[in-house]
Amino acid sequence: MFGTALIVFREVLEAALIVGVVAAATRGIAGRGRWIAGGLALGLLGAVLVALGAEAISHLAEGMGQELFNASILGIAVAMLAWHNIWMSAHGRELAASAKRVGGDIRAGAKALSVLLVVVAVAVLREGSETVLFLYGVAVSGDASSGGMIAGGLIGLAGGVAVGWLLFAGLLRIPVKHFFSATSLLVLLLAAGMASQAARFLIQANVLPSLASPLWDTSGFVPNSSMAGKVLQGLVGYDARPAGMQIAFFMVVLVTLVAGMSWARRRGGG
Amino acid sequence: MPRLVAALLMSLSLGAFATGEPEFKLAIENHRFAPDRIEVPAGKKVKLLVENRDATPEEFESDELKIEKVIPGKAKATIYVGPLKAGEYRFVGEFNEKTARGVIVAK
Repeated sequence: MFGTALIVFREVLEAALIVGVVAAATRGIAGRGRWIAGGLALGLLGAVLVALGAEAISHLAEGMGQELFNASILGIAVAMLAWHNIWMSAHGRELAASAKRVGGDIRAGAKALSVLLVVVAVAVLREGSETVLFLYGVAVSGDASSGGMIAGGLIGLAGGVAVGWLLFAGLLRIPVKHFFSATSLLVLLLAAGMASQAARFLIQANVLPSLASPLWDTSGFVPNSSMAGKVLQGLVGYDARPAGMQIAFFMVVLVTLVAGMSWARRRGGG
Repeated sequence: MPRLVAALLMSLSLGAFATGEPEFKLAIENHRFAPDRIEVPAGKKVKLLVENRDATPEEFESDELKIEKVIPGKAKATIYVGPLKAGEYRFVGEFNEKTARGVIVAK
C-alpha cells in the first residue's frame, strides 16, 4: 500500500503543481473552476486512452512513439503557456485595474480559460497515463489486495493534490500589487521547464543530440529524488544533471518569451 | 511555434534514425531485469532491445542515463543509450523498484 501511495504521489505531484500555478495565474476569470474541472476530466480521459494505446503509441516512429508523443504534448502546453503570458502582458494591466470582470473581459476570460483547460489536461494526461498503467499492473498482478491498492492510490492522490493546493493557496496570498508579476514569472519558468523536459524526450528519441551530458551536476546540492528536487522539477523542469540541449531549450524559450512579453506590453500600451 | 517544431521533428525523425549501433538485449521477467548488469562500450551510442515478459507494464527509468520509458506488458521496446563516459549507470523498473534494478557499465 505504501509503495503504491508513493508512486501515485510522485506522479500526481508534478501535475498538481502545474495546475496550482495555472489556476492561480488565471485568478479572477469568471467560471474558471468549471474549466479546471473540465481540464482534469479531459486529462483523465486522455490518460486512460493513452494507457490503453500505450503499446500502439510506443511502436510508432520506429519505436520512439512514446518519446515523441510526450515531447509533442509538452510542446502544446509550452505554446499555451506562452500565449497566456504574452496575452496577459498586453492586457494584464487593464484586467488588474478593472473592478468588473464581465462585459469587455469576456473575451479575455475565454482566452485564459482555454489555456487553463489545455494546460491542465496536458499535465494530467502525461502523469495520469503512467499512473493508470502502474495501477493496472498492480491490480492485475495480484501482489497487493485491491483494498490496499485503492487505499494507497487515494493516499498518494490526496498527498499530491494537497501539495498543489498549498502552492495555489500560497500564491493567492501574494499582495495584488505583485500578483500578476509573480504568477507571470512562474508561468514563464513553467513554460521554459516544460520545454527542457520536451528536449529530454527528444534526446531519448534519438532525434536531438544531448550536447554534453551532464552539463553540470548539482545532485550533491538538490538531488532529483528529493522532495525539493521533485517540486523544482514540476515548477521549472529542474534536473540535477541536465543535458546541454535541455538547457538550450530552456534558455531559448525563456529569452523568446521574455522578448514576446515585453513587446506585447509596449504594444498593449500598458 | 514549438508545436510546429515538434511536428517538423516528428516527420524528420521517421527516416532519420542512425543504424548500426551495437544492440543489447534486456528482459523483464518476474519484475526483475535479466541480465541485471550490461557492459557496453563507452563513447558510443547503443541500442537496448527490451522485452517485457511480464503481463504487467513496467517503467524503465534511469536518472543517471536520463531515460524514462513505459513498456506495456508482453511488449518490446527500443531504448537508445549513450554515448556514455566510462562508469556505472543504475536503472530501475519504477513500478517495481524493490526488485527491478540493474546497472549499465560503460568501458
